[in-house]
Order: sequence, then structure tokens, then C-alpha cells
Amino acid sequence: MDGVRTVRLVVTLKPGVLDAPGQAIRQGLEALGHRGVRTVRAGRYFEIEVTDEGDLDGRIREMCEGFLANTLIETYRYEII
Amino acid sequence: MDIGIVVFPGSNCDTDTYQAIHAVLGRSAQYVWHEERTLEGLDAVILPGGFSYGDYLRAGAIAATSPAVRALRPYVDGGGIVLGICNGFQVLLEAKLLPGAMLLNTCGELRCEFVHVRTERAGTPFTCALTAGQILRLPIAHAEGRYHMDAGTRAEVVAHRQVVFRYCDENGRVTPEANPNGAMDGIAGVSSSTGAVLGLMPHPERASEQILGSADGRLIFESLERWVASGRQLPAQAVRTH
Repeated sequence: MDGVRTVRLVVTLKPGVLDAPGQAIRQGLEALGHRGVRTVRAGRYFEIEVTDEGDLDGRIREMCEGFLANTLIETYRYEII
Repeated sequence: MDIGIVVFPGSNCDTDTYQAIHAVLGRSAQYVWHEERTLEGLDAVILPGGFSYGDYLRAGAIAATSPAVRALRPYVDGGGIVLGICNGFQVLLEAKLLPGAMLLNTCGELRCEFVHVRTERAGTPFTCALTAGQILRLPIAHAEGRYHMDAGTRAEVVAHRQVVFRYCDENGRVTPEANPNGAMDGIAGVSSSTGAVLGLMPHPERASEQILGSADGRLIFESLERWVASGRQLPAQAVRTH
């Protein structure tokens, strides 16, 4: 019988797309005295519970590219646990 | 003339838009709940500003899945015309009815102020009462207005003359200082290749009466009125998707 899997998904802006929130967060870290922080890339994190049936990778990619990420500006990565 | 104004949970410029069409222009408008599945019979559809569905995920992303927005594509394919203002523009991008995407303003904060925009393309259903180069003074109020395209999209947008408005100074010069959000190429408004669909970050409905500080926005609605009254048709062409 099919079980349920958990997908941990991270969506961030593509490299090269200016990340205004990430820059503001980096400035905040600097203001608090944290040294050596070169860059911060901000993003969104999702945990999705999904039934394990069919082409799970294909289904997740479709969710990401059609909705959860805007692939014109964002990139995503995920792991299935 | 019958204009449909789509109302999402979180829309907050729907009544302003109704006011501009109904009270200022003296034309009829109706609210269209976002769960409506057909838009047939409407002379134009306007997606108003606001924070549809709390702008969760990305601005406009959830609204783009609603029945009314999904009905826009067949509506436009059948000759319909659509204007998205601010959040409505973001919805049209997320629905892929317009090319490109929105990012958070470069300055990292919401900008709420009057700006100037220069008309780059007159003659569309929403700019036919304007002349190319005409400068409008309109208010903006957004945090996610940094319009972005990848290189391929940008080439297509240029080739099809889809840039309709750019941010400029009061003399019409497009400069980095006059760009309030870091938008690529200073773009404030972009259309589909036929001009049937227009997305606009500034709010014409908030500047349609002099008492509001500017009446320039009225020209957008007068364009729409002129277009509908003349019965003009756009060449049949499916909306380009990207």
C-alpha cells in the first residue's frame, strides 16, 4: 500500500537576481556585529506531505514549476524523506 | 459599456475602480466575484489593486489559480480586453497572461507616492486617448513592483512593442532616479503583443479626479470608453505565453 512521504522544499531567487530581502538581512547581521557574512540569500521553505504513488519526482517538479516557484526568477531544490 | 471588476479576498481598490468608471466616467460597472467561471458579455475586465489572498506564496500567485482568472484566457482569445492594476498586474504575470515577473522593490520597502510615467505605446484599448510620449502623473503604492524579465523574454517584449509605460521624471526622461522600484528598463506597464491585456503598477483609479491630486488617470478609463464605444476589434491572436 502507498505510504505518505514528506517533501522538504526550498525556493530561492536565481543566482544573479538581486535579492533585496537577503541584502537587508545581511545588513541587519552586520549591524548586530556579526562579522564575515558575505551574502545572505533569502527564500521560502515548505514541508509537503504527499502520498507516495506514481512518479513522485515528476509530480513535485510539476507543483514547483507550475505554482510553488516562479521559474522565471526563482530556483528550487527538494528532498524526499 | 459594462466593465467587470474582479473582487478577490484582499482586493482593496475595487471600489476606487468602480468609482472611477461609475461616478467619474458615468459608465456602468459591476463587481465580479473571483469564483465566477465565465466573463462573457463584459466589454472589459479589470483586476484591481490590493493584496489578493494576502499575497501568500508570491503576490498574485494564489489569485492566478481562481476560476475568474482562469476564465480570462478564453475571454481574451475571444476578443476581450483586460486591465490589471498593481496587484492585478501581478496576478496577470502569475497567470502568464503577461510576460515577466515581479520582485520586491530594490529599496526593500513599500513605495507610496506620486510618480511620472511616459507613454511608450499609444493606441491600445487602454491608451488610445493618449499620444506617444505623453507624461502622466499617477500614484504608486506597492512593495513588489520590480519588473523583471529574462533575456529571451526581454527580446520578445521589445520586438512586439509591449512596453506601454516607463517611469520618468517630470520632463519625460527615463532615469535611475525616476525609477521607484528598480524595475528593469524602467517599466511601469506592459501589454500582451496585441495590446488586449495591460498590466500597470501605478493606480489610475486613484488619480481620476483633480481633488485626488491628479486627474491624469482618467485618460486610461477614457481610452477604454473610446475603444468600447468605437467597437474596435483587435486582430484575433491567442495570448502569448512564456
